[in-house]
Amino acid sequence: MASPLLDVTDLSCRRGGRAVFEGLSFALGAGELLALVGRNGSGKTTLLRSLALLVRPAAGRIAWQGADVADDPEAWRGRLAWLGHLDGLKADLTVRENLVAAARLRGVPADPAAIEAALAAFDLLPLAHRAARTLSAGQRRRTALARVRASGAAVWLLDEPLNALDAAAQQALRDVLGQHLAAGGLALASTHVDLGLPGSRRLELGA
Amino acid sequence: MADLHFLANPARFRRFSQRVLPGLTLATVLCLAVGLYLALVQSPPDYQQGETVRIMFVHVPSAWLAMAGYGMLAALGASLLVWRHPLAALMARAAAPVGACFALVCLLTGSLWGRPMWGTWWVWDARLTSMLLLFFLYLGHIALSRAYDESERGDRAAAILSLIGVINLPIIKFSVDWWNTLHQPASVAKLGGPAIHPTILIPLLWMAVSFLLLFVLLVLVRTETEIDRRRLEIAEQGA
Amino acid sequence: MSGFAALLARDLRLAWRRPGDIAVVLAFFVVATVLFPLGIGPQANLLARIAAGVLWSTALFASMLSLDRLFAADYEDGALDLLLLAPWPLELAALAKCTAHWIVTGLPLAVLAPVLGIAFGLDGPPLLALAATLLIGTPTLSLVGGLAAALTLGARRGGALLALLALPLCVPTLIFGAAAIESLTSGEDLGAHLAILAALALVSLATTPWAMAAALRQAGE
Repeated sequence: MASPLLDVTDLSCRRGGRAVFEGLSFALGAGELLALVGRNGSGKTTLLRSLALLVRPAAGRIAWQGADVADDPEAWRGRLAWLGHLDGLKADLTVRENLVAAARLRGVPADPAAIEAALAAFDLLPLAHRAARTLSAGQRRRTALARVRASGAAVWLLDEPLNALDAAAQQALRDVLGQHLAAGGLALASTHVDLGLPGSRRLELGA
Repeated sequence: MADLHFLANPARFRRFSQRVLPGLTLATVLCLAVGLYLALVQSPPDYQQGETVRIMFVHVPSAWLAMAGYGMLAALGASLLVWRHPLAALMARAAAPVGACFALVCLLTGSLWGRPMWGTWWVWDARLTSMLLLFFLYLGHIALSRAYDESERGDRAAAILSLIGVINLPIIKFSVDWWNTLHQPASVAKLGGPAIHPTILIPLLWMAVSFLLLFVLLVLVRTETEIDRRRLEIAEQGA
Repeated sequence: MSGFAALLARDLRLAWRRPGDIAVVLAFFVVATVLFPLGIGPQANLLARIAAGVLWSTALFASMLSLDRLFAADYEDGALDLLLLAPWPLELAALAKCTAHWIVTGLPLAVLAPVLGIAFGLDGPPLLALAATLLIGTPTLSLVGGLAAALTLGARRGGALLALLALPLCVPTLIFGAAAIESLTSGEDLGAHLAILAALALVSLATTPWAMAAALRQAGE
């Protein structure tokens, strides 16, 4: 295995006085996907949120290329693309406008080529001019995934990415993930269903 | 399963308060007894206001404690946010209603004091109005800390509020003082007491000290209750 | 395009697509203001006397109306997480949202108030003073209100609690805003009042973004 880029040691998180998970350690290198599995409530979302520094962990260290990410949180956030339970789309903006706004909100100029490519990858070009509130749940999820793809970020944190996706969309996601990993990116995804990507590793929570 | 992380400090606090409470209660009662005697019996009636001036001995210390109480809330808030001290949140929850009560007592005694002098139950005196706004700030803190199902969230939000509030308090006081001088006619509508001299000062200080002891006593007792309540909450969630 | 500008542009575009939301706030301002002559009586000198205070108070209430949606919309659709994860300071993001709120609410109130002031019998100089005080004072309302909105994000009874938190903190602005208009008749220095209003706005600018960011991070936990 190539030297790990993301190194998590002894991570523990607490919610409301209870420990959600304790002593988690894993490492992830370029081109690797870590699938987070476990029952509902086992802490998959909390783990993803703590990796994103949205939740402050009770203990442990998250390191990127050897350096603690807490030392420069802004730089770490710049490396992340996030897909949460909620889609993060503004209902009154169109699909394309949502992607453009999301790109600009990362403090970088929107790359039209990347956005168009992302729309194409999830078959959203016919819908690009539609307001997000007129879309179905699956279409919104695809838009959110397109946002992730267009971000160009190295580390993808995906919470239940397969939610609401039909078979065609699931295949699109597998293709996009495969391309991302092949280009040297990393991904962590919580999922109930096997993503079906060769070489992905599993981390079971709540065991 | 109980969370050891939380229990460490509160257990120590409980041992401390168990030791301190009996002596503190005795001291409070004695101090109040002396203070009330000096204030209600021994100190002379006022030349202009007669016996009603004695309300000042409750009104003024209440004001001091109400203001000091909010300062304490802000200090606890900083302690929670910066050092994540687990007891700070519970103590703030305990102290806010106590401080609010002192503010309310100040307002009520101010109203009672003003009534014989001006025939109305309320005057828009600068100090009373500032105290009213401080009372609202207390209410906001109390409401905010209890507005969330997840107690920690409420504690931290209230902590942020108390810090902003303490910065704003001088500004609010300044603007209300200024507003009062702008709008009040030159006639005496101030809720000032007689000039402070020794026969007044000594009872006032006694009352102030006894109110302080009472404040500390109430906060200690209530903090114990808050610890129990939080323990119960954690136990319920873990079950 | 900087993150601040991007967020401001996005929120302004969203507000533009929902003009009804702004119209409702302004309509409330008008209706609430009109209640006072109806409740108190139409004597011209009385109305002129209370105009500054009434208009400032109802402007304050109207500002509060749109505040509880300030962060709640982003909280509910998940866009708040994306703001928390943006690689530029959250304090600036909070400031951008308050700026958008001011442009969409405070600014129209400052323009509309003089029109209502006419109905209270104010003439030229006090009307201009009214507009000027609101222009300088409403940013403070947006900032303090934004803080209250961030603190009550996801709370029970959020709307009423927001007002309870924000209104006492807005009292200094209210006092000096109303007094500034009256200073024209009382012969005091309008400029000094406006300077104090500006100082209050600067104090809010210096303190609230950090508190808002802290409160928003709490909401994300």
